[in-house]
Amino acid sequence: MKQFELSHVMDFIIGDAQAERAVPPTGFTARLTLFAAAVMAFLAVFALALSVSAGRLSERWSAELAQSATLRISAPVGQMQAQTDAALGVLETTPGIASARVLSDDEQRALLEPWFGPDVPLESLPIPRLIEIVEADIGFDAEGLRLRLVAEAPGAVLDDHTRWRKPLAAAASRLWFLGWLSIVLIFAVMGAMITLAANAALAANAKVISVMRLVGAKDSYIANAFVRRFTLRTITGAAVGMVIGAIAVVLLPSAQEEGFLSDLGFAGAGWLWPLIIPIVAGVVAFLATQAAARGTLKELR
Amino acid sequence: MIELEQVSYSYGEGELLSDISISLTPGSFHFLTGPSGAGKTTFLKLCYGELLPTAGHVRLFDRDVRSLARDDIAEMRRRIGVVHQDCQFLDHLPIADNIALPLTVAGHSVHDDQSNLTELMSWVGLRARAYALPPELSGGERQRAALARAVIMSPDVILADEPTGNLDWEMSQRLLQLLVELNKMGKTVVIATHDLALIRAAKGQVQARVLRIANRHLTVGADL
Ligand SMILES: Nc1ncnc2c1ncn2[C@@H]1O[C@H](COP(=O)(O)OP(=O)(O)O)[C@@H](O)[C@H]1O
Ligand SMILES: [Mg+2]
Repeated sequence: MKQFELSHVMDFIIGDAQAERAVPPTGFTARLTLFAAAVMAFLAVFALALSVSAGRLSERWSAELAQSATLRISAPVGQMQAQTDAALGVLETTPGIASARVLSDDEQRALLEPWFGPDVPLESLPIPRLIEIVEADIGFDAEGLRLRLVAEAPGAVLDDHTRWRKPLAAAASRLWFLGWLSIVLIFAVMGAMITLAANAALAANAKVISVMRLVGAKDSYIANAFVRRFTLRTITGAAVGMVIGAIAVVLLPSAQEEGFLSDLGFAGAGWLWPLIIPIVAGVVAFLATQAAARGTLKELR
Repeated sequence: MIELEQVSYSYGEGELLSDISISLTPGSFHFLTGPSGAGKTTFLKLCYGELLPTAGHVRLFDRDVRSLARDDIAEMRRRIGVVHQDCQFLDHLPIADNIALPLTVAGHSVHDDQSNLTELMSWVGLRARAYALPPELSGGERQRAALARAVIMSPDVILADEPTGNLDWEMSQRLLQLLVELNKMGKTVVIATHDLALIRAAKGQVQARVLRIANRHLTVGADL
């Protein structure tokens, strides 16, 4: 295994002018590689923007996913206290519930004020009692809790706010996953196209390769002449595509409303994300061309 | 240096070469003759590892070719200069670059060997043609260029496959003299040729032995 040294990288980038001339350039494969790399990088910017935005949303929504739920107890006035105590008892022994607290009359009055005005006679109205539940991180089993409440406090209704938010958070996290999957697929296609282009270049240079081999060239020397070209071309193409893609993301019209699409893009340090595209593209090109060259050379003694 | 031990070779159907044993010692000079299609080129390919024997052993510099890794084969080819029957040039490179190709692929900077290259090109009489492309050269010029490329790494062995193939008599003589000179410098030389006049011409110039391939077998002839 060759030791990794900066000088090797520099040699690779600067290249060997003599070796470069031995392998004549093939305009068609060069253009194909540049074009494919640019287009794929352009698409990768959007997939990345989608992923990063969806990840951000999913994180925010999950955090907001009220860590609290409410228990509403409706019962005849005479049974109210007994049922409230029974419900509190159940809640205390339910795993995943950090705390449970009966809302005070003042708090309830504040909640009802918008509908009934400031002087609600709570005592004389058949208003349900509210118990605020603070969920522990592990969460609790809502269905199990409901079943126990039916037996012990039949007037209690569990309202967990998470019900309607959960699908949203799940959708955002699914989008995040799909975004990354697209990025992987984009690079896979890029690798496939570079393999095709490299194989075309290798086939076009079959004579050159066999002559170089005959006069004592090692496989690594011949492979490098191709690998270097394809890697640099791919990085160049990917950089161009990445810049165009990033500009397109910047120019996305921003909607005022809070919503998913208005959030599409990068924020702050997130703008560093697209920079990995040309780097990954370079690695993909390096590996694809290396494999193609080794495959061709293996056929030759 | 190059040893063949009970070597047989077949391209597929039927043996072309059968049970050949020969040892080419350092500093020796051999002619390899035989009718066209007898297997002279095949014999030489076995001698520089382009082909592996279907039976028997080929040892190059005391190592069995079958045991050589790909990089070892590359290194070994730098020690055996070959004048290929069809020259094997890169047509898009000037002749000087073609001659320097073994240096280039071995990672030597051509600038370090610039004087060596110029000298070599003068030696084969191609100094004025340095920038010509191979297809622009005459047959004789190409074969001299091929010889120059074969010797630029100062190999221990030179294998020349019909090096005088398309040359007129005078040019053949010149090329033969170049090879004799190399042999005098201590190099092992093998010339495959069906040109018996060339072999006769070598008489007196060099201590050579004639090998003959016919009917699958190699026979060692008299010394010249
Ligand atoms: N790559 C090959 N595949 C199959 N047959 C071959 C190949 N190369 C040469 N031959 C056959 O082997 C025989 C000997 O060829 P060669 O060694 O070139 O003979 P020579 O150099 O003595 O004229 C010829 O009949 C030729 O057709
Ligand atoms: Mg021949």
